[in-house]
Amino acid sequence: MWTLWRTSRAAWRRDAALLRDVGLVGLADGIVGLSFGAAAVAGGLPWWVPVAMSLLVFAGGSQIAAVGVVLAGGSPLAAVAAGAVLNTRLFPYGLAVADVVTSDGAAGGVPGRRNIGVAVRRWLVRLIGTHLITDESVAFALRRDDRSLRRTAFWTCGVALFVIWNACVLLGVVLGSALHDTNALGLDSTFPAVMLALALPTLTSRSIKVAAGAGAVIAVALTPLLPAGLPLLAALGGLGTRWSGWRGPQTVGGSR
Amino acid sequence: MMPMTAIVALAALTYAFRFTGPLLRGRVTVPAAAERLFADAATVLLIALAATAALTAGHGFAGWARPAGVLVAGVLAARRAPFPVVVLAAAGVTALLRLAGVH
Repeated sequence: MWTLWRTSRAAWRRDAALLRDVGLVGLADGIVGLSFGAAAVAGGLPWWVPVAMSLLVFAGGSQIAAVGVVLAGGSPLAAVAAGAVLNTRLFPYGLAVADVVTSDGAAGGVPGRRNIGVAVRRWLVRLIGTHLITDESVAFALRRDDRSLRRTAFWTCGVALFVIWNACVLLGVVLGSALHDTNALGLDSTFPAVMLALALPTLTSRSIKVAAGAGAVIAVALTPLLPAGLPLLAALGGLGTRWSGWRGPQTVGGSR
Repeated sequence: MMPMTAIVALAALTYAFRFTGPLLRGRVTVPAAAERLFADAATVLLIALAATAALTAGHGFAGWARPAGVLVAGVLAARRAPFPVVVLAAAGVTALLRLAGVH
């Protein structure tokens, strides 16, 4: 850890933009965390639910989704399912940043019985690094070519966001508990707004726009009819448009 | 209600997704089609969540103030406004509409 800190300090000097950019992203995530904590307790959940989720899950989108399902009256199982589907993207992320998460650094050393302490420390770093894989830390790492800059970017962003996110969620919980009428502040709008802001940049192709639009219509149409949570999972049926031959008006001929 | 077991289950699944990649490094590559399916499923879910959370409360309509705030936030997000601006605009528009008596 000490080595990590020393090499980080050297890299921060080489990569001046990093701390500024991490600060900006931290500000944005902090506001989201604040509203997540406040809206969760304002919706009637006990204070420890958003706090424990932020520490243990540490994936904002899935936390907001899971709490959103529960606040709408859905079952915990539906909440876990929704959150888990959102987090499948962390798997390809892990592949992409594997070289900076695992601590096989230049220190190397002789593998063998004398190095049990080193091996334990290495695994500890790896387990912590794994928990810090997020959209942001991966994006910061992938934007850099040099290995040591990648590593510093990943760890700087990951640690900073973990601290900021959890502190702000806690602060949000305190504020949300102190307010009597959070509806008057419009906090209930922040959940869907955050999800929209996360999803819009990924609507890049016509087929995903169609799938997402179909999913939204399915979910909203089924909400009055089905127990909460199920309409959301049914929305995944929107993905069916990808294979149903619907290729958009530009396609000539069609595939069937 | 959100029991602790549900939180732990989501945390364990999430950690597993994070852990598998570094564990398999160099040994597997995810087929591009599978990666795209993961990404598309996440997008469909986020949009569906945004739509239901914006429009519905329980089994009914959420009222006008909330979807209006979300709509403004969506327009700002589409125009690449900074994240804090998007979030504050959603809450602000909804709050102002409610203050004005629109629910």
